[in-house]
Amino acid sequence: MDRLLLTGATFCLLLSFGYTLFALGAGRFRPGAVNLVAILGGFVLLSLDLWRRGQEQRACPINSLFDVLVFMSWSILLIYLVIGPAYHLSLLGAFTSPLVFLVLLFAQLGPVGSTAPGRIGHDPWVELHAALSLVAYGAFALAAVAGLMYLLQDRQLKMRKAGALLYNLPPITDLGVANARIIRLGFGLLTVSFAAGFMSGIHVNNLKFLASTLIWVGYGVILILGKTRRLPPRRTASASVLVFGVALLALPAIQYLSAPK
Amino acid sequence: MNIVCAGINHRSAPVDIREKYAVGPHELESALGRIRGIDGLAGAVIVSTCNRVEYYTASVCPIRVLDGLRSYLQERAGGGGAPLYTHESPASVRHLFRVASGLDSMVIGETEILGQIKQAYAAAAACGATTRHLNKLFQHAFRVAKQVRSETRITRGSTSVGSVAVDLAGKIFGDLKGRTIMMLGAGETGEKTSRSFLSRGVGSIIVTNRTFGRAARLAEEIGGMAVHFDNWHNAFDKVDILICSTAAPHPIVTREKLVPLLERRNDRPLFIIDLAVPRDAEASVNDLENVYLYDIDSLEQIVRESLEVRRAEVVRCEKMIDQHVGEFVGWMRDHISFLA
Repeated sequence: MDRLLLTGATFCLLLSFGYTLFALGAGRFRPGAVNLVAILGGFVLLSLDLWRRGQEQRACPINSLFDVLVFMSWSILLIYLVIGPAYHLSLLGAFTSPLVFLVLLFAQLGPVGSTAPGRIGHDPWVELHAALSLVAYGAFALAAVAGLMYLLQDRQLKMRKAGALLYNLPPITDLGVANARIIRLGFGLLTVSFAAGFMSGIHVNNLKFLASTLIWVGYGVILILGKTRRLPPRRTASASVLVFGVALLALPAIQYLSAPK
Repeated sequence: MNIVCAGINHRSAPVDIREKYAVGPHELESALGRIRGIDGLAGAVIVSTCNRVEYYTASVCPIRVLDGLRSYLQERAGGGGAPLYTHESPASVRHLFRVASGLDSMVIGETEILGQIKQAYAAAAACGATTRHLNKLFQHAFRVAKQVRSETRITRGSTSVGSVAVDLAGKIFGDLKGRTIMMLGAGETGEKTSRSFLSRGVGSIIVTNRTFGRAARLAEEIGGMAVHFDNWHNAFDKVDILICSTAAPHPIVTREKLVPLLERRNDRPLFIIDLAVPRDAEASVNDLENVYLYDIDSLEQIVRESLEVRRAEVVRCEKMIDQHVGEFVGWMRDHISFLA
């Protein structure tokens, strides 16, 4: 049972990913019920896995890098399931499933510590801070996916390529709007998470504080420049992909510095 | 029981011949009544469109039916032999399945024909002219057409410059309702393209032309607004789609002119469709943020690519159709009837 739910969730995401590749090969590239069912299945299994480990640890299961990656995968799927249908971005799922699949695969097979040292005490502010930070990461991941789709569609339109991608990707205007809105959502969540962190009053390593602040400032700058029309949608999309890449690379370091020594 | 098909189409006869055989909706009932009098004919469906006139009949004696149809058509066209093609089952079954799937159309994969066949069948059924075999045949044809469309790329892309432009606008803006078009030049090509957009519900059209009277006339005709050519850039802020078709010998939409205009647009995309030769828009404007420029060559290239994709899919479609023809012929064999 330890890894059964997680393996099942990974398999669901692999199915969605595989179906996307198959559809691409057949020149259809339309996410259908298969993608949605697979993603829903993956989300349910991940939820059960988190619930089970939460019960075992008697806390939000985000104590090791393994936990963090699994929780972030769950967050990405949660945000996709909430945001995707709202913006008619069903194709976002086709791009989201490979990302989540790879994160889950890395969590299970990569050099990732899964032992949970356990936090000293269970301060609800700390729990809120940690959980919201990861949900914000999920939103940023999805913003990066929407950004990537924007860049692909922009390239297709600029190069005048009328391939399967052009016909099946959502309109570029919708992708730009979704990209900006998801960044706003992630930024809002991260801000609340930081506020919860301050409320807890825990001692934070300087490097962790710096890395987290840089990510927060990075997204803040994107939002301000976008709002003041100094960052066109294409550059907003590029920036969201870039900053998320940096955030993803910084995640293990932040997790290492957060772990109780 | 045999399914017999006789007809003419855009490949076998020019329009001046086809029009002699065309059966309008008002005369369909009488035409069906006439041919049902042909000896050996159990039922019939007449498909009459601008590109084809075809008679699908159920009969136990195909030779007599074909003779009867030839005489009837000769009489209808006022003498002279009709350049008819004729098929008996299974070839007639395959022919109908191909026609319904758009494989026999002038533009491969077009979908209008299926609606026309459905109408023809409904009209014949309403007149009581169909039989069990014809009912089964046409229902099967509708199913085949649906499968061919959904499981192959036979309807992929657009096959005219106007529809390619509309599709691309959809990929830039999503919903076209409420969008504003500016026609720079009131030429025929630009007008046709604008009408394609109007049919998709764009909000408003601004027309500008060197001769203001011509712009005003066209604007009135299509429900738009005319502006003086010298002031086109003043009306530019609200424009989403710019259709250029002037006869100017040099570019009108230059990078230099466009950069300050784009600054006032709050990052809204601009789709430029340049149908003019020589081109009205400088090629380098495509490098600007939020600007998507398509000239006539790039639009025609997309049309060609779509047609190539469709042609490449024909083999897959034919395989699907062959399988269905086999199924239908098998059903006919199991349901032999001399009374239809």
